[in-house]
Amino acid sequence: MIRLIDVHKEYDNGTKALKGINLRIEDGEFVFLVGPSGSGKSTIIKLLTAEITASQGRVIVNGYNLNNIRRWQIPHMRRTLGIIFQDFRLIEKKTVQGNLEFAMRTVGASGREMRKRIPYVLDLVGLDDKADAYPNEMSGGEQQRVAIARALVNNPRMIIADEPTGNLDPKRSLEIMTLLERINAMGTTMLVVTHERDLVNRFSKRVVAIKDGELIRDGQGGYYRA
Amino acid sequence: MRRLNLGYFIKEGFSSIFSHGLMSFAAVCMIVACLIIMGSFSLLAVNVDEMLSQLEEENEFLAYIDEDYTDDQIRALMEQVRQIDNVDPNGVTFISREQAKRDYLKGHESDGLYVNMPDEVLRDRLSIHVKDLERFTETVEQVKALPGVANYRAENKVAEGFVSVRNAVTALAMILVGILAAVSLFIIANTIRLATFARREEIAIMKMCGATDGFVRWPFIVEGLILGVMGATVAFFLQWGVYTAVCGALTEGGATTLFTLMDFKLMWKRVLAVFVLSGSVIGGLGSGFAIRKFLQV
Repeated sequence: MIRLIDVHKEYDNGTKALKGINLRIEDGEFVFLVGPSGSGKSTIIKLLTAEITASQGRVIVNGYNLNNIRRWQIPHMRRTLGIIFQDFRLIEKKTVQGNLEFAMRTVGASGREMRKRIPYVLDLVGLDDKADAYPNEMSGGEQQRVAIARALVNNPRMIIADEPTGNLDPKRSLEIMTLLERINAMGTTMLVVTHERDLVNRFSKRVVAIKDGELIRDGQGGYYRA
Repeated sequence: MRRLNLGYFIKEGFSSIFSHGLMSFAAVCMIVACLIIMGSFSLLAVNVDEMLSQLEEENEFLAYIDEDYTDDQIRALMEQVRQIDNVDPNGVTFISREQAKRDYLKGHESDGLYVNMPDEVLRDRLSIHVKDLERFTETVEQVKALPGVANYRAENKVAEGFVSVRNAVTALAMILVGILAAVSLFIIANTIRLATFARREEIAIMKMCGATDGFVRWPFIVEGLILGVMGATVAFFLQWGVYTAVCGALTEGGATTLFTLMDFKLMWKRVLAVFVLSGSVIGGLGSGFAIRKFLQV
């Protein structure tokens, strides 16, 4: 669950990135966060992952109040999230299996848990035959699937995907979005940041649009124009 | 630290040394260079200290005994001197006036001036060794105050000179080793920071997956410790070689007739222990400092 209550963010250089954002995302929802470049989408993601703090207002993520979260609590909060990036951010020198083990190891998972969970997740994203492949041997779509598997492997309550199809062609983008929809149907809350209008319009989901740091639309489905 | 994690940290520490071979090599070289500079200076200080200790051993003063004192009174006086806490109890020796005369005339036996010199010219005396040279003057004053001590002869200036030289050498050694250690730490931290910079993306991924600072930091610290121990081992053998070569050159040049250099074989265990400890601390702390900036994600 995400709650943003009258959130403002002003950076040290004086840029006002967010101006009084109110947003509530319930468990199990699928939400597109859309808006042009510089609208404040990335700032919202950074607030939700506790990379930065709000200048004003309250930010609550999966029960953690990020306004007064202690430094030692941040890793525990992040374990409730799975994060997917536009540029995949895979470790090139590790295999697919290695990348997933790496993510599980960081949260203290045992070898037995890894042996059980990793094949399941790879099967879910359709990469069960690629466990031993290295990222640079795979296509962009496959690499993004690995990134999704990595986000899923620790069984998070919510996935935040920051432009997950930004580096993919339309066909692969559709595949990835369909996969995210399938994961959402299994109960994981999904927040997808994108500026791909066609993709957003193709899926009938809740769309939250922001522009110049202000929320300008929050509605279920419907046609969205960037 | 869970057992599982400890194994993981050690494995990661080793594997990252080999996967960033050039940076690891640079870090080891820096540690070797810093330890050899520190080690050379420390060995110089140890040798100076040893030389001063040898000179101190020979340091003593004389207390002249009242001429009217009987043998029993002299024995009692010696006991009183031994009771003074800075006096070495085994270092209090009675020298009779006859013995003193014999010592005085050594080398002058054929000199006509001293031929009929009467025994009474010199007095009975006590030769007294002090334990702590820094309290030399204070001890002389204590002995002087005892009844039966008619006079004394003490080279206070020499004793004070030894103390000053020793204190200066110790202070200089501590300051220089401290500065060198700080510089080493700074250089190692920056070398490891360069190695870490290439892995900042990896660290960011770990942090986004929910890794704690400790989980991210430990493999780097283990890596630093391993590099430190490797550097210390190489530095130890090089130091051994350099020290032996310098000793050899000084012996050939005849300098060892003036002073004795300590044999490396007598102190190799201490040197190795200090090197390994210093290398580990420099490597571990350097890594800890280097990684700090990258944890701010």
